Amino acid sequence: MQDFAQALLSALALVITGDGELWAIVLLSLKVSITAVVFAACVGMPLGAALAVSRFRGRRVVTVILNALMGLPPVVVGLFVYLALSASGPLGVLHLLYTPTAMIIAQFILVLPIVATLTRQTVEDLDAEYRLQLRSFGLSRFSSVPTLLWDARISLMTALLAGFGRAIAEVGAVIIVGGNINHVTRVMTTTIALETSKGNLALALALGVVLILIAILVNAAVSALGTASTRGATTGLAHA
Amino acid sequence: MPSLAFLPPFASTPLARTEVLTSHQSLLPLTAEGLTFRTGDRVLVDIETLSIGSSGATMILGPNGAGKSLLIQLLHGLIVPTTGRISFGGRPIDTAARKRQAMVFQRPVMLRRSVASNLGFALKAQGVGRAERAERTARLLVEGGFEKVADQPARTLSGGEQQRLAMLRALSTEPELVFLDEPTSSLDPQSTLAIEEMVARAVKRGVKVVMVTHDIGQARRLGHEMIFMHHGRLTEQTPAANFFDQPESAPARDFLAGQILT
Repeated sequence: MQDFAQALLSALALVITGDGELWAIVLLSLKVSITAVVFAACVGMPLGAALAVSRFRGRRVVTVILNALMGLPPVVVGLFVYLALSASGPLGVLHLLYTPTAMIIAQFILVLPIVATLTRQTVEDLDAEYRLQLRSFGLSRFSSVPTLLWDARISLMTALLAGFGRAIAEVGAVIIVGGNINHVTRVMTTTIALETSKGNLALALALGVVLILIAILVNAAVSALGTASTRGATTGLAHA
Repeated sequence: MPSLAFLPPFASTPLARTEVLTSHQSLLPLTAEGLTFRTGDRVLVDIETLSIGSSGATMILGPNGAGKSLLIQLLHGLIVPTTGRISFGGRPIDTAARKRQAMVFQRPVMLRRSVASNLGFALKAQGVGRAERAERTARLLVEGGFEKVADQPARTLSGGEQQRLAMLRALSTEPELVFLDEPTSSLDPQSTLAIEEMVARAVKRGVKVVMVTHDIGQARRLGHEMIFMHHGRLTEQTPAANFFDQPESAPARDFLAGQILT
């Protein structure tokens, strides 16, 4: 118990004094996860919106598959990305394995279904409300998409924050494709795993504290946006 | 009561877009032949022929489930008929013809934007440029009595104000033909009066109005021509005076007599 208390005090000291190694790891984690979420948003939002407004045979199957992909096991994603990027893999010539880019790719794959699915649901709900009016304005299903995305932007921020939460807390995939190389691909989650196994609880706990703070901030933001979105659904305040 | 002097809003300053559109053939008469709409085995609309001329307001009356709202949604091109042909001025609908129509729904659909943005959106959808859009929106806000709430979210307006804004938005694009689907059914008398005045002024300006209503009094006040529907069929289409004095069809007679049609 005394060891734990001592480790916790050391951890807090690291956080408060702005330990260089700790913050380098935190910054790399944020850089990787934010980049993955930005790319996932660029692909997932139009994809989700297109799925929301389109009508084709098999749409329900695609929706179910997309929903299921939200629960992709990170280690399996890591394994597939590893195989693709390894020297003998189809993308081996790019020499991306054990780089932050490989970690971004893995996190992108994990976050994409979350962003696309939540976008589809949000846009589908709004489309049900707007559809006839937008058709009356002369907008087709697909030309309505920018309007729907814009008017649903507050709710869509929730989707992005949910995706970021998944990315920043992920360990299985990034440790496989990143290799947890010091000062290169070592992020918060992989460092916590490594330092714990080495018995260096201070750094692991310090990173744990930062990770928990980020998780709390993200969830608070999701909650605040959710409240604003609900209020906006009845009053429009959030969407003005 | 806000000023309704905005109608006609642009009569004195015809715009380039209007000049282009007026060079086109009129959308009227609006005709439909062999028009049906089915879901499964149920035939919800079944109309052999329909022709709506160019003047005044055509009111579509009938009991609940008669297919009135479906009919105007079919005519406006919001839903695709199972069979049949709809033509505007003898031609099938195209994008240009579509842009010369507008529709107001029973429940106003307000975009999650400000009052001004809701008006601007309709103009933007018509291809009106940014500068002209800003100018016309500002003018509409003043003429519609919305200038003090221009930046307020449209959804914070009262039901009556939202429906007036929906009417203003529909008329802002200077349509030749406007479909109204029971726009006053959930409004108080004062708001109903405001909407009816907007309709009357639009008709006076030359806009063709096709309006669904349950309200016999409203149909009397606004209508020049009556269409009566029952069980998805058009049972009667006559001038208003004839309809109220001597309805031709038994369902219309029963409806006007206050009987409940089944």
